Amino acid sequence: MRQAVIRAAGVSGRFRPRALVAAAGCALLAGAVAVVLIGSGDFQMSPAEVVRTLLGNGDPAQDFIVNKLRLPRVGTALAVGAGLGLAGALFQSLTRNPLGSPDILGFSQGSAAGALVMIVLVGGGSAAVAAGSVAGALLAGLAIHALAGRHGAHGQRLVLFGIGVAAILTGVNGYLLTQAKILEAARAMVWLTGSLDGRDWGDSAPLLIALAVLVPLVVAGFGRPLRMLEMGDESALALGVPVTATRVLMLGSAVLLTALTAAAAGPVSFIALTAPQLARRLTRTTGPNLTASLCMGAALMVAADWLAQHAVSGRQLPVGVVTGLLGGGYLVWLLVRERKSGRI
Amino acid sequence: MRGSTRLSLTTHPPSPSAATRTASGPPRRLTRSAGLLAALLALAVVSLISLGVGARPMSLGDAWRGLVDPDAPGYSVVHQMRLPRTLLGLLAGAALGVAGAVMQTLTRNPLADPGILGINAGAAAAVVTAISFLGVSTFAGFVWFAFAGSGAVAVLLYAVGGGRSATPARLALAGAALNAALYSYVQAVQLLDTAALDQMRFWIVGSLASAQASIVWQLLPFTLAGLAVAFLLARPLNALAMGDDAAQALGANPARARAVGVVVITLLCGAATAACGPIAFVGLMVPHLVRALTGPDLRWLLPYCAVLSPVLMLVADVLGRVVARPSEVQAGVLTVVIGGPVFLYFVRRRKAVAA
Repeated sequence: MRQAVIRAAGVSGRFRPRALVAAAGCALLAGAVAVVLIGSGDFQMSPAEVVRTLLGNGDPAQDFIVNKLRLPRVGTALAVGAGLGLAGALFQSLTRNPLGSPDILGFSQGSAAGALVMIVLVGGGSAAVAAGSVAGALLAGLAIHALAGRHGAHGQRLVLFGIGVAAILTGVNGYLLTQAKILEAARAMVWLTGSLDGRDWGDSAPLLIALAVLVPLVVAGFGRPLRMLEMGDESALALGVPVTATRVLMLGSAVLLTALTAAAAGPVSFIALTAPQLARRLTRTTGPNLTASLCMGAALMVAADWLAQHAVSGRQLPVGVVTGLLGGGYLVWLLVRERKSGRI
Repeated sequence: MRGSTRLSLTTHPPSPSAATRTASGPPRRLTRSAGLLAALLALAVVSLISLGVGARPMSLGDAWRGLVDPDAPGYSVVHQMRLPRTLLGLLAGAALGVAGAVMQTLTRNPLADPGILGINAGAAAAVVTAISFLGVSTFAGFVWFAFAGSGAVAVLLYAVGGGRSATPARLALAGAALNAALYSYVQAVQLLDTAALDQMRFWIVGSLASAQASIVWQLLPFTLAGLAVAFLLARPLNALAMGDDAAQALGANPARARAVGVVVITLLCGAATAACGPIAFVGLMVPHLVRALTGPDLRWLLPYCAVLSPVLMLVADVLGRVVARPSEVQAGVLTVVIGGPVFLYFVRRRKAVAA
């Protein structure tokens, strides 16, 4: 793999140009789709107008539509996508499994259970639902970690425990859904699928704060330890990586990101699974690919939201429907491929 | 000590010595037959309880009189409401348990279960499609879709999971992935069609509550056919458990046994799912518990499963009628709540499951 090194003032950094280009490309793509998304709707705007307005030079009407109505939603989409992409990359790296994602490991089901309890049993508003989903995901994470127990939360065991917990929670969620009145059930169903309708900065503020703290910490601080960890616990330990601390911290970060994205937009499926995979194919490097996954997640999310708004004319689908359908197809393809190369 | 008498996670092929001992051991056969009789007795008792428990509770005697005596006060309640429900539990339970046992043998995978591996989800996705897009609303209509769905998933799973070389973890993972994909499709359809959501949210958790006599009659031939073929398949599958070469040497046709096995699983899971929704973990738990009693010989394992799975199903259903009065908890929820921890226990007690 071609690498480049920067040396300046006694500090040197090693990086892979291709990975950097891929990440930058994804970020650009995410930005471009976001601009198109802001420009589309009942009041059409050209990308140039959108950019001008975003920079503060639009007329008052455009300013209102862009900055007050559409930017919060698109911003939430970008944040959720980035959070899911990063969380997915962390999960897949920690479980050493391309299918290790919050959808399959039970965290999404946990946050869904928490939210359903709030919607159906408590009848709380959106803040309560968000809090419930965070609590649910964290509890599911704790339960899976406790179950995986003394042998540590790694590899296939973690995945199998996750599958078991996910199955139990799916049953509980189904029960909660039958206990609801039909209007509550419909609301719960939209939430369960993942939707960006009517989201504003208030919904995504906790996620944005978490991203601001966790992204530098994870990407800069733990990119290397994670890559070492993928070689196996013993090798990583021999190379000076604090194995247990790294794993617990990174697992905690991933669960927290998953929980907060679910609180912002519901458990949007498959972004966390596909973003790291696609990023890996672009960068052509092993390892967690944290930055590229993050940018890819954001790009996928805004693209899915654009599709959700335009796929069926005259009505908007929740974004989770699009990610679910596309992601499901991609997943089957991935399974076949990974099986052929003997990786799962 | 025979390894197979312990609750064991692997589906051990019967060792030759064990096989000869079962063939030549009348005492062993006697205990097994007696055990089967006891299981049947338990099934009869649980069925009577299922007839007696409900909004209007009856004693076991009243339930029996309601069943046989047209003049008894409970006759109409028993015959019109509780008997179809109980029979549905019997049929669906037997179907899922036997399908689970066949699956575990066929894939040599202790974690195989129609729910975990996505077979039920395939049926559910097909049924949801039929309800929402094609306007099908009767059991006779969507049972065929359920067959198509569960069959497609069975084949896909086999291809994706790696056929004979599949490890338990790999297969469980492939199944979980298929589950995630299929249920997100089901969710999408429900969202686009609120009327369908109202109809399906009760069906999708797995419930016996909507039982009608007509559904029971339509389910009956499929289940009986599936069970009969499964029992005929016991001997070839026994041979298959020892490996393909050994099976061939014993006169079995591995490819044919496998193909017929997939058809049996499709038939049983498809019909049961169409009738009462996707119900998980019955097919996982019962064969494991039964294996502790009978050993791995399918000629005994399958009949035991066919009798004891309905016991579990009916117990779950009766519990569901009692625990949350006046409303009900669906049987599918309780099997998951009981069976999920059992699954976790199986994973936990064997470190090497991640092979």
